[in-house]
Amino acid sequence: MLRYTLLRILGAIPTLLLVIAIAFMMVHAAPGGPFDDDRALPPAIEENIKRYYHLDEPLPKQFLRYLSGLVRGDLGPSYVHVDYTVNELIADAFPRSLKIGALAMALALLAGLGAGTLAALRHDSWLDRVVMAISMTGISIPVFVFAPILVLLFAVKLNWLPAGWTSSSGVSRYLLPVVTLALPQIAYIARLTRASMIDVLQRDFIRTARAQGLGTMNVVWLHALKPAMLPVLSYMGPAIAAILTGSIVVEQIFGIGGLGHFFVNGALNRDYTVVLGIVVFYAALIVFLNLVVDILYGAIDPRVRYR
Amino acid sequence: MSVLGYSTVRISGGILVAIAIIALVGPWMSPHDYASTDFDNLLLPPTLSGGHPFGSDSLGRDLFVRTMMGVRVTLLVAIVASIVSLVIGVAYGAVAGFVGGRTDAAMMRMVDTLYALPFIFFVILLLVAFERNFLLIFVAIGAVNWLDMARIVRGQTLSLREREFVEAARLTGVSTPRIIVRHIAPNLIGIVIVYLTLTIPQAILVESFLSYLGLGVQEPQTSLGALVNDGVNHMEGASWALLIPAGLLAVILMSFNFLGDGLRDFFDSRHTS
Repeated sequence: MLRYTLLRILGAIPTLLLVIAIAFMMVHAAPGGPFDDDRALPPAIEENIKRYYHLDEPLPKQFLRYLSGLVRGDLGPSYVHVDYTVNELIADAFPRSLKIGALAMALALLAGLGAGTLAALRHDSWLDRVVMAISMTGISIPVFVFAPILVLLFAVKLNWLPAGWTSSSGVSRYLLPVVTLALPQIAYIARLTRASMIDVLQRDFIRTARAQGLGTMNVVWLHALKPAMLPVLSYMGPAIAAILTGSIVVEQIFGIGGLGHFFVNGALNRDYTVVLGIVVFYAALIVFLNLVVDILYGAIDPRVRYR
Repeated sequence: MSVLGYSTVRISGGILVAIAIIALVGPWMSPHDYASTDFDNLLLPPTLSGGHPFGSDSLGRDLFVRTMMGVRVTLLVAIVASIVSLVIGVAYGAVAGFVGGRTDAAMMRMVDTLYALPFIFFVILLLVAFERNFLLIFVAIGAVNWLDMARIVRGQTLSLREREFVEAARLTGVSTPRIIVRHIAPNLIGIVIVYLTLTIPQAILVESFLSYLGLGVQEPQTSLGALVNDGVNHMEGASWALLIPAGLLAVILMSFNFLGDGLRDFFDSRHTS
């Protein structure tokens, strides 16, 4: 298993290099630079700025410089937020994104597994149909539609929850962002769980457990849940990516200064190193989390052999 | 049983056809057009008698016509982008499935890798880096959505390759390209149609997401995502400007998802019978 983990980490390096190279090319192929202002800078000053940031060097050399910075964990300076490095910006913004993302993922797993199991236990009943109809709605409605409608309802009309991200509102400010971010994932996980739970509940070992007099709760908890979770576990990779994507919208709508917010603003302001740094950071994070999911898969499913 | 025997197909298909017809004919029937402003009638609530059935926006433009134009753009982008992803996905999947072996393993490993990447970040980079033109949006969305299609086509091709009729064709000396065209491709159509209907809502999601962020179609052109974004800015005083395009977007997405589910049931039942 240690060998497998090491091999997977080695295998992830070319992927990451590819991502970095593509993102680097895209950022540098773009017309217009971070210092293109409405008022043109005097050429001498522009040249000085370019020299300071090494933008006057040939592209391959810039790329190697960037890579050698990365190896040392240095993502470079921000061009727009002068005096800040990309590392500092990420260190400041990521904890907020992480808290909301992790809470949304936890909620999605709990609610999705619960609803899906309930629907499977009452397969073909009205409860099943209601859960499936609600989850189809959840899949169909995008985060950026859910978020403003929930704000309109709970913050503007009913005035129960804060609409934005103010520090005075304490824990209640987490509720709307986390719920909106989790809803589509709850729906997806509920559908996956229902399908695999229906399948698992028909297997022989479940019948044996029932024949031994085990109650439904115990059958599900002790025997059915683990195998039924496997498709959900394989969905974790795409789910993480979807939550990162959704966080861009949620952070915009609720005014949370997280990474998604910095990414969109960085892209619009051509703050190249920030954009590049966030893409590289997220790609590394996703590769790492996928590795964790793969290893967990083996821990839950004894049939998986690490080679 | 024919396709129309499935109530999900009938209802969701009917809703989509109706929306498409209204979106095509509606703007033409209305006295207003989508771009002209009217500063005497800002943010009017929807009324049937007042000539603005969906109200008007913050520049006094008629929201009915704008919403219908938005539906047109949304549907057009989604369908073209889905065809882009269809072409890439089917070609990639069929080659991987039919060639098999190490090539297949390498190709699918790449799909797995791409699957987990936050593609939307690249699409945003692409749209910011180059001028936002329509063509780029199609290609960007298509390039994001071909992975599912490739996986499904590959799986189907793998199982078809081992079937008796393919073996029989091979024994009687039919060439490989001819086997793919005559025997594999026709059996892929069902599953490809099902996944095409399921890819369209994903493409709609990406397009409206980009338009929502202001990276999609440009003013005065609009799409449902752009209209939702506009509605968010005025939701306290003019909730209809948010709720109508948001509701329509949800109905369209849901209809495509149900249509895909219904078509899957139809092709499944035909497969087993």
